[in-house]
Amino acid sequence: MKNAHWLDQPKNIKLLWRGFLFVLALTVAAEFLVQLHPHFEVEGLLGFHAAYGFVACLLMIVFAKGLGLILKRPDTYYAKDERDE
Amino acid sequence: MSAMSSAASSLVLHPALILIAGALLLPFLRGTARNIAVLAAPTFALIALWLLPEGRLWEVAWLDYQLAPLSVDKLSRLFATIFLLMAAVGGLFALRQPSKLEVPAAFLYAGAAVGVALAGDLVTVFVFWEVMAVGSTLVLWSANTQAAWAASLRYAMVHLGGGVILFAGVTGHLLATGDASFTRMQPDSIAHWLILIGFLINAGAPPLSAWLPDAYPEASWSGTVFLSAFTTKTAVYVLLRGFPGTEILIWVGLFMVFYGIVYALLENDMRRILAYSIVNQVGFMIAGIGIGTEMALNGAAAHAFTHIIYKALLLMSAGAVLAATNRRKCSELGGLFHSMPITTICGTIGALAISSFPLTSGFISKSMISQAAADGHLQAVWLLLAAASAGVFLHAGIKFPWFVFFQKDSGLRPPDAAGSMRWAMILFAFLCIALGIWPEPLYAILPYAVDYVPYTAAHVLTQLQLLLFSGLAFFVMLNYLKRTPTISLDVDWLYRKPLPVLTRRFGGTLRAILSAGERGVSAVFTGLIGRLESQRGPRGLLRRSRPTGSMALWMMVMLLAYLLFYYLG
Repeated sequence: MKNAHWLDQPKNIKLLWRGFLFVLALTVAAEFLVQLHPHFEVEGLLGFHAAYGFVACLLMIVFAKGLGLILKRPDTYYAKDERDE
Repeated sequence: MSAMSSAASSLVLHPALILIAGALLLPFLRGTARNIAVLAAPTFALIALWLLPEGRLWEVAWLDYQLAPLSVDKLSRLFATIFLLMAAVGGLFALRQPSKLEVPAAFLYAGAAVGVALAGDLVTVFVFWEVMAVGSTLVLWSANTQAAWAASLRYAMVHLGGGVILFAGVTGHLLATGDASFTRMQPDSIAHWLILIGFLINAGAPPLSAWLPDAYPEASWSGTVFLSAFTTKTAVYVLLRGFPGTEILIWVGLFMVFYGIVYALLENDMRRILAYSIVNQVGFMIAGIGIGTEMALNGAAAHAFTHIIYKALLLMSAGAVLAATNRRKCSELGGLFHSMPITTICGTIGALAISSFPLTSGFISKSMISQAAADGHLQAVWLLLAAASAGVFLHAGIKFPWFVFFQKDSGLRPPDAAGSMRWAMILFAFLCIALGIWPEPLYAILPYAVDYVPYTAAHVLTQLQLLLFSGLAFFVMLNYLKRTPTISLDVDWLYRKPLPVLTRRFGGTLRAILSAGERGVSAVFTGLIGRLESQRGPRGLLRRSRPTGSMALWMMVMLLAYLLFYYLG
């Protein structure tokens, strides 16, 4: 591909992934340095926000997929009718 | 009224009327003169707004009621400010819009939103509420496509219906209290419930949330930017003033938050993703209004302010993509960062701001609502809000920029956005970051004194954990999020599929039943108003309120009939 952007190269994508995972680990490790002041008990657990964010997102995606099985239609579903009129 | 305030009232200009006058002037102008007027009208209105003192500045007697069409306090000034700022920058973005109807319609719409924000009484609120419905429908029409026309009819239907409900509520409130002023209400009577429902319909609340993602994405590339700002946030404003601390709003808000996330995750059209995300964001505000503490109300107001900016920015970047490629489906887009770097950067800044990343405007506003939930020991609410914050990053923060600007390369290499569009995006991107770094000017104009420090090490760290691990979930689950050329059914299915079929088949019978039903309804309302009047009897106001009451009733019956025949005709 001509004028390939640095973001198009698989090598750099891999590097970005590693950097991302490193930052993720860092945010949890930083809890040993930063004084958290939890309002609720659960908040005091190590990496609570990390785990909660991850699991909440998984659940939302799974729920959306499940709902999609019932509610999804081809995107011509309404448009065809409207042209008929 | 004192001599001084009446002298002041003869001098002051109503900011809403300045903008509406601008809207009426625009069709007669062309070229540079028109461009200048587009930028000048909201700017003048903004200056006029900030020259106004606080208080009920205009007072008018109407029937038995004292109206205040121009009334200023901190809350109304905050909302009027952001509406006018939005009109100005939206006007800049839309300078290249070939439709000559759209910007005037948008200014009428924005002017009416300012009118609601500055209304000191419910009658003025209702009048501007209806002007908003007209202005926004005209914005949709100016897209000039068959799809926009059909969507505008459904949109107008929902809003006329909402207007009828609000009208009935306001009428009932006037009859019961004899006072038109717009102050805090409790949902303790049918009239107040009707007002609350009328407000909530415009906020995109369930069960009618579908009007929003149905209509907004059908407007032109610039029209959707205007539509995203005014109707729902005016509803947030009236709920802030009228129903703070109404507990049911917490649950309505939380429902909207998750509704927006789930539908946006399923959606393929880039602007429909952002439309669902409006419902999601307004949900945060409504939950804050339901919590009702000063911190929560400040948070809801601040979030409305920052939200208008970053949502407009996101829709501007989507509009720039639409204008450049004429495509709107994620499954047909991707890789646009190659040739649209400025649009990509601005859109990404908007995406970070909506996700409440530290150093963006969302971080300093939304967190006040979560803080209020924590302060009130509402653990379930707090946990749901935190999950929802993670979900915002998922559906709007990553999904939108990822599928539009990155993901697989679609091979499209359109040129970047043109000058006026680019500057509008840069301006709002700048504000997203500036407010995130320096929130004090915004905190200073919030309705209550702010006792909140967003930037603590703990807050920044926990927020980063929440968001970055949501990002991880997105990429881990990417295979499940692959776009398909589909839509998802919503409540609007009822009035788009079975209802038209039923009316076609049983139209005649239905008409007969409905007209009988209408007589029944009018009998019920006459009885209701009769009861209200008898309560007011001893004060001798019976004779005076009767004409107002029956006129209001007939207005309502006519509007209802209009709505019904609209369907059937």
